[in-house]
Amino acid sequence: GAGKPPLYGDYEAQRHWQEVTYNLPIRQWYFNTSDNNLLYWGLDYPPLTAYHSFLCAYIAKLINPDWIALHTSRGYESQPHKLFMRTTVFVADLLIYVPAVILYCFSLKETSTKKKASICALCILLYPGLILIDHGHFQYPLSLGFALWGVLYLSYDWDLLGSVAFCLALNYKQMELYHSLPFFCYLLGKCFKKGVKGKGLVLLTKIAGTVVVSFAVCWLPFCTDMEQIMQVLRRLFPIDRGLFEACMFSSPPPRLANIWCSLSVLVKIKNMVSPQTQLKLSFAVTFLSVLPTCIKLTVQPSLRGFKFALVSCALSFFLFSFQVHEKSILLVSVPVCLIINEIPFMATWFLLVSTFSMLPLLLRDGLLLAYAVTTPAFLSVCVAAFSIFEKTSAEDLQLKPFSLSLKGYVSWFKSFPKIVRSLFLLSVTLMGVLSLMSAAVHPPQRFPDLFPVSVSVISCLHFVFFLVYFNVVVLWDSKNSRSQKKIS
Amino acid sequence: SAGSAMAAGGRSWFRALALGVSFLKCLLIPAYYSTDFEVHRNWLAITHNLPLSQWYYEATSEWTLDYPPFFAWFEYALSHVAKYFDPKMLVIENLNYTSRAAVLFQRFSVIFTDILFIYAVRECCRCVNGKRSAKDILEKPTFILAVLLLWNFGLLIVDHIHFQYNGFLFGLMLLSAARLCQKRYLEGALLFAVLLHFKHIYIYVAPAYGVYLLRSYCFTANHADGSLKWRSFSLLHVTLLGLIVCLVSALSLGPFIVLGQLHQVISRLFPFKRGLCHAYWAPNFWALYNAMDKALTILGLKCNFLDPTKIPKASMTGGLVQEFQHTVLPSVTPLATLICTLISILPSVFCLWFKPQGPRGFLQCLVLCALSSFMFGWHVHEKAILLAILPLSLLSVQRAKDAGIYLILTTTGHFSLFPLLFTPPELPIKILLMLLFTVYSFSSLKSLFRRERPLLNWLETIYLAQLVPLEIFCEIIFPLTPWKWHFPFVPLLLTSVYCALGVAYAWLKLYVSVLTERISLKQKAE
Repeated sequence: GAGKPPLYGDYEAQRHWQEVTYNLPIRQWYFNTSDNNLLYWGLDYPPLTAYHSFLCAYIAKLINPDWIALHTSRGYESQPHKLFMRTTVFVADLLIYVPAVILYCFSLKETSTKKKASICALCILLYPGLILIDHGHFQYPLSLGFALWGVLYLSYDWDLLGSVAFCLALNYKQMELYHSLPFFCYLLGKCFKKGVKGKGLVLLTKIAGTVVVSFAVCWLPFCTDMEQIMQVLRRLFPIDRGLFEACMFSSPPPRLANIWCSLSVLVKIKNMVSPQTQLKLSFAVTFLSVLPTCIKLTVQPSLRGFKFALVSCALSFFLFSFQVHEKSILLVSVPVCLIINEIPFMATWFLLVSTFSMLPLLLRDGLLLAYAVTTPAFLSVCVAAFSIFEKTSAEDLQLKPFSLSLKGYVSWFKSFPKIVRSLFLLSVTLMGVLSLMSAAVHPPQRFPDLFPVSVSVISCLHFVFFLVYFNVVVLWDSKNSRSQKKIS
Repeated sequence: SAGSAMAAGGRSWFRALALGVSFLKCLLIPAYYSTDFEVHRNWLAITHNLPLSQWYYEATSEWTLDYPPFFAWFEYALSHVAKYFDPKMLVIENLNYTSRAAVLFQRFSVIFTDILFIYAVRECCRCVNGKRSAKDILEKPTFILAVLLLWNFGLLIVDHIHFQYNGFLFGLMLLSAARLCQKRYLEGALLFAVLLHFKHIYIYVAPAYGVYLLRSYCFTANHADGSLKWRSFSLLHVTLLGLIVCLVSALSLGPFIVLGQLHQVISRLFPFKRGLCHAYWAPNFWALYNAMDKALTILGLKCNFLDPTKIPKASMTGGLVQEFQHTVLPSVTPLATLICTLISILPSVFCLWFKPQGPRGFLQCLVLCALSSFMFGWHVHEKAILLAILPLSLLSVQRAKDAGIYLILTTTGHFSLFPLLFTPPELPIKILLMLLFTVYSFSSLKSLFRRERPLLNWLETIYLAQLVPLEIFCEIIFPLTPWKWHFPFVPLLLTSVYCALGVAYAWLKLYVSVLTERISLKQKAE
């Protein structure tokens, strides 16, 4: 949103938050005061974001106070300031996200050699979606980075540290709630496995205590009175009547790869049911779709199941909840990056689709060239690194147990690799053609939103397919399949 | 040996490197471009609209055509593609015209013509023999050479950010060098002749080519101890070479000779009215000379040896290229620089004549000619350091001593290119790319020659390490101080003087190693 008044996009939002957090006392950060107009990019992320903005503002003050002067610096854009803001993103990336990725790749058992681990890390770091959104559209990768650290710690069985890391992630962006269910179920399952009485209970209390303490530490300045906490919560989860109905009745432009938006192309749900029912319906569907994986994870907690559950739960939330932003697909993509070496083919496919689904957003930000270069680069790196076209058999896609149970019913599993490969090529061609058309061709007069809508509908179809796939893998995953893999 | 190993392992890694760097170049399309962009746009317009007879007379824009005719024909060919992108950029009167299509076209033309450079690098990799074949592809000399050439930081920022067409020109030069190494002399000579008529700066290395061709091709045999066998002079070879050179020159300059415009073309090609140094001093000998002069001036003023009223006001780094006088040391004329250059080239040329070491000796002489001309030339641009860095890459993967010299020269040479990109958005790009390239070159060359002595001694390491504080001072600390307004040239001065020391040191070290090597070989023979 560079240079587009009156709201300059996420860049201006971050700059404004620096201004607010530096100049106003903590008590006023989340309140609508004469100095702090909440309608102009009011703070709507949890306290850790505010602290981070404060830190950046402190550095900004040392360089050029004009950047964060109260009221007068609205819409401030200059070359050095852009450089400063982009550097803060880069530094945050370098300090939190990149080390997490590298350490994660080196900790995996499958990537035994240093070379394989570094190639895996390279592929993950080259994921276009995150690069374009963080450094192009502008946002901080800190919440995803902390979540990654959480997964890393959990893979080493350091449960307490993992919980702390995830609490930090949660306190940075409330969207991390998408990942909270798998974390919760996995840790709960671990406690159950250790025995409901004794070790399990001890672990449970320890984790609970750690979570409470980390939350308390983050929210410390706000714990002075209830009103503060309530206001912050109100900002984070705008379920106020008035705001809610305003959101419902302003037709969300059907540009999201979300079930409701795609369905609204065909049938106007708004006109069929009331907003309250819509909300209840979306809650119900989301809950039902995450239930199987969560139950499986609690009953049979395994690291692999945990990672797949992260993906499937986040994807369910993305598809079925209301008021989702296009960027939220990143909450699904980053866990997919974690399992890229287990199912390279499907992971690459998913990551391509997720970048494609953000195309309207990228076009609005003028990132077409970067998108057109990084996406083929990412695809070629993955093809070269993992030789994905050879790994399309049922076994490689982790569908062996599933196919075994289906053997009696379906006979076309023999040509499964070929079918999968051709589907992939078809999908990539379709995405390429649509990207080209979105960029180069003007939509017809009757359907001005044709291209964004097509992008989101196609992405939605892909995502539904992926949801089914990931759920199947989690549900049919068992210890037997893992031992089989070790033999082969 | 190397070729067959590469063929067996497949060309995939080379393709991956070439593709990767091309993607990077595409990402650099929206970056800052210098006035060279307008220069080339102007030339596209001139060659497209005007007849041949007016190409070297056209002066609507200040950026007149000052490259030889082949480059003008190249621009002419490009202009026919350009008209599909944006016909308005081909109008001569549209000075400083830019549009997204124009930028896209120009950038893509550079990326596209780099294909020749990629091909040349592949040919060079074929010529390189590793002493021992490493199992891991990442440790093979050919792989390291490919990365050092394809991903060369200097070439990337000069061509794809600052905007020039050096890629395919260096491709021609590397290809001709490769052909000479493969003993395909006529092809090498042809390619070099063509190159000279594309950009006449390559005349700096013409002595190396001339002497090597004369010695190894025109005299077809040596005595047992390596000295020249005068009887083996081959008239046929000489005539063939002469024919090639004359043919190429006729093709290029012929039309202008017929039109009687040769004088005008020469005056455009060699403008000696410009000053001794560019606005930003190239890190050569004259930078040190200027700095010494300035230092002595200040010293003289302080100690009252000099009369302040007699000192001319012109500042050498003021930004304009004009004539100026030195105050304490004698002023330098173009003739003086020419004589210095010739004297500095002579030892290496003599070495090449009397005891040619085959292709390696030729490459050494090439690098020395390029470096010596860089050190003593008139109005040298700092981009000319690439002329020495790229051929030295070929030598660096073969011998440890050359690798050490290469590391010094490359790091200081690339650092001296930093002032070319002075805009804030390019700061992280150039620092990141420079770090990547430097770290890679150090680590790969160190691991390649790990069984031998360390590549750099402690003094050299300290010198290179001091580049980091210098950069921090020039880019970050200095602009925040109040001195920025009084002494705006200080960062440029510091950079060029510090790099000049490094470049001069590398030059001397290379010269000493070449001369002592000949002497030790002579002793071995005796």
